[in-house]
Amino acid sequence: MSTPKVLTPTESSTQLKWFAAIVVIGYAAISLIPIVWIFMTAFKGTATAISYPPAVFFDPSLEGFVNLFTTRSRQSAEYLAQLPPPETWWEEIVRQNDQVIAGPSPFFGRFLNSVIIGFGSTFIAIVLGTMAAYAFSRFKIPLADDLLFFILSTRMMPPVAVAIPIFLMYRALGLSDTHAGMIILYTAVNISLAVWLLKGFIDEIPREYEEAAMVDGYTRFQAFRKVVLPQAATGIAATTIFCLILAWNEYAFALLLTTNRAETAPPFIPNIIGDGGLDWAAVSAGASLFLLPVLIFTLFLRKHLLRGITFGAVRK
Amino acid sequence: MVRRVRGLSDRAIAWIFVTPTILLLLAINIYPLVWTVYLSFTNYRANRPNREIEWVGTRNYERILSDEGVWENLQRTAHFVTFTMLFQVLLGFGLALLLHKRFKGHGLWTTLILLPMMLSPAVVGMYWKYLFDPQIGIFNYLINGIWDFGTFSMTSEVALAPWAIIIVDTWMWTPYIMLLCLAGLRSVPDYLYEAAEIDRASTWRKFWNITLPMVLPFLMLAVMFRAIENFKMFDLVFELTSGGPGNTTRLASIDLKELAFDRWQTGRSSALAIILFVTVFGAMNVFVKLMNRVKAR
Repeated sequence: MSTPKVLTPTESSTQLKWFAAIVVIGYAAISLIPIVWIFMTAFKGTATAISYPPAVFFDPSLEGFVNLFTTRSRQSAEYLAQLPPPETWWEEIVRQNDQVIAGPSPFFGRFLNSVIIGFGSTFIAIVLGTMAAYAFSRFKIPLADDLLFFILSTRMMPPVAVAIPIFLMYRALGLSDTHAGMIILYTAVNISLAVWLLKGFIDEIPREYEEAAMVDGYTRFQAFRKVVLPQAATGIAATTIFCLILAWNEYAFALLLTTNRAETAPPFIPNIIGDGGLDWAAVSAGASLFLLPVLIFTLFLRKHLLRGITFGAVRK
Repeated sequence: MVRRVRGLSDRAIAWIFVTPTILLLLAINIYPLVWTVYLSFTNYRANRPNREIEWVGTRNYERILSDEGVWENLQRTAHFVTFTMLFQVLLGFGLALLLHKRFKGHGLWTTLILLPMMLSPAVVGMYWKYLFDPQIGIFNYLINGIWDFGTFSMTSEVALAPWAIIIVDTWMWTPYIMLLCLAGLRSVPDYLYEAAEIDRASTWRKFWNITLPMVLPFLMLAVMFRAIENFKMFDLVFELTSGGPGNTTRLASIDLKELAFDRWQTGRSSALAIILFVTVFGAMNVFVKLMNRVKAR
């Protein structure tokens, strides 16, 4: 016979853990159906993607990915017959649909633009946001509440409404359709979230930490860098993910303000047209590939995201 | 004890830390705001930039505020924001509490639950249109597997469409509320629970006196940002239903887009934008005051 385990106050009983696990996994399973469906459809091929009833078992095909990265033209049977046999597997897939590859699609270039603009603006928003949040949390700033509300209010105008003035302003400054212009814009959109969230996290860190460090001879700036920043890692990780997700997937500004050089992927993916309608296999392939960088980045930050904050040293 | 002050003074650091943010926001936001306010009093049309701009006074505002359709759109937007926030808070906070039990593998499940919000809203809207499709979609297929409702279409029936957009938004953004609640739960110091244990406090009392006050600031922050986003919701709903069937899912931003870019009535769309801005500004002012009171408690 085993003796019942003695629980510390913050530990949960085994039954409670089982209950929590079952409910959470149940929710996750249901909410993942559409995601799994997107991944599956990416490998279905254009015709199978729109079959009725929806196909659960199918022969996997890379047609969606080929269509995503190429533009193609339809050719007559006579023309195809006189062509040399396809040299690569992707040409073979295209040839089966009586088509030939005309050239690369804009997807790859737009994906690169998304990487530059998404990660660039997130980085700047987090650096500036952390600094401002620390100042608002720790120092007496005149009109602090009004300044914070001003920062929040910059988020309240619908992008559809401000797109035209921003377009005119950017044209005058030579920033329209440039990476720098979009990075500045997305930084401005995200910084309100960064300041408010990070202030929330930094408020929770006891001041005694920095004060003790400063008594030991640290300057205020050293205390901020070496004491507060590590303590705020969970908050910074969560905020970074939120900012990246918003900048990465932003649609309205990208659609209305960029035409070529700085165009990102979100306006492109949902509009990949095939024969007689959307090419769902290509759309799914694009959505799946476009999800990966954010997912990898989140996994990379997971350690910080899930770490508890322990204030063992400072007890009141 | 004498504390020597070395390095920059606190005052200097405060200004150095805050100024870049304020300058950036002033530069990017003030010009568009002033420009929009100015245009809202004119009959400007962005597709005819060479036409002389005529000052029309408050006519744009009068016409919008006396238009029944605009009020209906605002009501629909309020309905959308209210129910998405309600469902997302219940689900998100509930999931966060359960994940905080730290069962085996909770880290993996947290990451998996975050997946929907990593997708692009436009892709999500487009995709759910495909999932909701009564012929080729999987949604009806699964629902009819549980209970046979016959043929129905979530996105093209008047009674269902407003709930379709709420379902999709809740599916996508519940993880947002969950993640912030989880961060709030993680920030509760263990010694508070240990002290409560010594006082033999009940589970309910511990939740009410320790957990809730620590999580509430984060929950309210999450709701504030989601509510602002949903008030100006455009891409997801536009791709999913384009405002239809009829006008049943025509939210404020969809109306705005049509005025500005389909009918090219820039003056009037500017007036509508200012009305929306003032509405959110007022609502958030009240909300922030409430939040500060909760935090001070």
